[in-house]
Amino acid sequence: MKALRYGLMLLAVAVFLAGCAKTVQPVTAPPAATAAPAATTASTTSAAAAPVQAQISPLDDPNNILYKKVVYFDFDKSNIKPEFLDMLTAHAKYLIAHPNQKIRIEGYTDERGTWEYNIALGDRRAQSVRRFLLFQGVNPDQISTISYGEAHAVCHEHTRPCWAKNRRAVLVYLNQ
Amino acid sequence: MWRKLLLVVGFALLPLAAARATLEITITHGVSTAAPVAIVPFAWEVQGPPPATDVAAVVSADLTRSGRFKAIPVKSMLEKPTEASAINFTNWRVLGVDDLVIGRIKPAGSGNLQAEFQLFNVYTGRQLMGLSVLTPPQNLRWTAHKISDLIYQKLTGQRGAFATRIAYVEVLRKSGKESHYALVVADSDGFNPQTVFSSDEPIMSPDWSPDGKYLAYVSFEDQRQAIYIQDIYTGRRQLISERRGINSAPVFSPDGKSLAMVLSSSPDNPDIYVMNLATHALRRITHSDAIDTEPAWSPDGQSLYFTSDRGGSPQIYKVNLNGGRPQRITFDGNYNARARISPDGHALAMVHRENGHLRIAVMNLSTGALLTLTDGDLDKSPSFAPNGSMIIYEATYRGQGVLKEVSVDGQVRERLSETQPDVSVHMPVWGPFLSQ
Repeated sequence: MKALRYGLMLLAVAVFLAGCAKTVQPVTAPPAATAAPAATTASTTSAAAAPVQAQISPLDDPNNILYKKVVYFDFDKSNIKPEFLDMLTAHAKYLIAHPNQKIRIEGYTDERGTWEYNIALGDRRAQSVRRFLLFQGVNPDQISTISYGEAHAVCHEHTRPCWAKNRRAVLVYLNQ
Repeated sequence: MWRKLLLVVGFALLPLAAARATLEITITHGVSTAAPVAIVPFAWEVQGPPPATDVAAVVSADLTRSGRFKAIPVKSMLEKPTEASAINFTNWRVLGVDDLVIGRIKPAGSGNLQAEFQLFNVYTGRQLMGLSVLTPPQNLRWTAHKISDLIYQKLTGQRGAFATRIAYVEVLRKSGKESHYALVVADSDGFNPQTVFSSDEPIMSPDWSPDGKYLAYVSFEDQRQAIYIQDIYTGRRQLISERRGINSAPVFSPDGKSLAMVLSSSPDNPDIYVMNLATHALRRITHSDAIDTEPAWSPDGQSLYFTSDRGGSPQIYKVNLNGGRPQRITFDGNYNARARISPDGHALAMVHRENGHLRIAVMNLSTGALLTLTDGDLDKSPSFAPNGSMIIYEATYRGQGVLKEVSVDGQVRERLSETQPDVSVHMPVWGPFLSQ
């Protein structure tokens, strides 16, 4: 006891005294549904451009190629594979015919990479689809892009088939 | 009455809002060379029931977690002295214990407590250290971490990093969908978790300011990428960048005056930029058509390490901020990414792909030698403890995202897992030493 040296230290963690903060919880809009884009797009354009009489948009018609809106990629790759060219060409034609229609291209990756590198890779996939549409003559003002990287995965198992489903770019038709 | 006070004061002192589920620690890989120590339960010499925090248990867990020590269980102790005069060192020598800690908690006036402790070498019987720490009762657990820091430093010569914080991103999955994201700050052992920001859209890439008061991070709350800096004590946020395209990977410079980040607004291609946080002026650092991302500062603030696929596969490069061409640093394998530099500047931790598995590796920057530290499939986001002794990283365990820690020699590994099965934890970042 006599050997005890009293080094008095106040460990009150003074910064904690700075006060009680509220949690910042921004009100965020719900994400646009990727599978169910604007059903009214065809009907809001001219009748000539809307052969299907307002009943169902070709974008929502499972028998129409425009129903397909997802492009899949190989591991670590961002080139568009031949099987997606017809689908993307059809979307390009639709966008040219509907110059007021805007889309957002969302790029995604599988989980086998670092978070930030995957953001860049997802961006490269979205840009790859964007460039194809621009080459077909779509107005750049109609297209925006975003990369979520490996976030918002559609498949959560750590398996090859799952990874293949997550390596994608999605065309999201935006409400006008 | 006492418990009530603790709750009320504790709440008022909490810097942040909602408390979260606590991470559980499991040591998965220990070392036989860990030095046996004994931390005897502290005497409680205050009126009223003892507090929830068992100081000796917290210190024991801290020292064991470092991998350098192994605290013997209380039930093996032959005596439980709380005063130096009561110690019979023979009782500790027979247990093979090298060092012994005893202590007591006393009232200190104005509602404060005084935690006294003494550290003895069992073989010489000499006292190595004796200190008394004044603490408000609600900070007793944090005080226990400070005691661990002092004992660790006395015994190893290296500053302890127990009284530090970590930040990480929690992802809640409901029916297979990622439904909620939270940016969480916790003590270095996962206790006392507090949500500082939450959103239904992804949160990524948290990074601590050098003073431990701010977090920079990426939020998708506007369905765009944006970089924010948030004061974790007031909750006040500042929008730093929401340019067209990519706004990612923010990292504070060592002096806290600049923020390196990745933007892709001018060409549609990610490059590294540095923003002066006083003026928000941007300086472009890299100019390639390749992916340049994941900047990391050298401790002197003069260079940035970053990931680039300019050579065909992702590798780590270094660029001097005063000019000169980026220089390639990594050559082993076809995927080396997201560098973090050790506090002493001698080692580089990275994500290294090995036979298709992502693992944490460290590279000796003087020799170029690479050492793989982990054995998982998806180990990512390494972050050094401020004393350089451990690396925290994210991994998967039973399909769930968990945090793990590994000693920089790869000898000790442990897992911090969420107790809720539908919550994954990602992107841990170890905060700086905090001034007292």
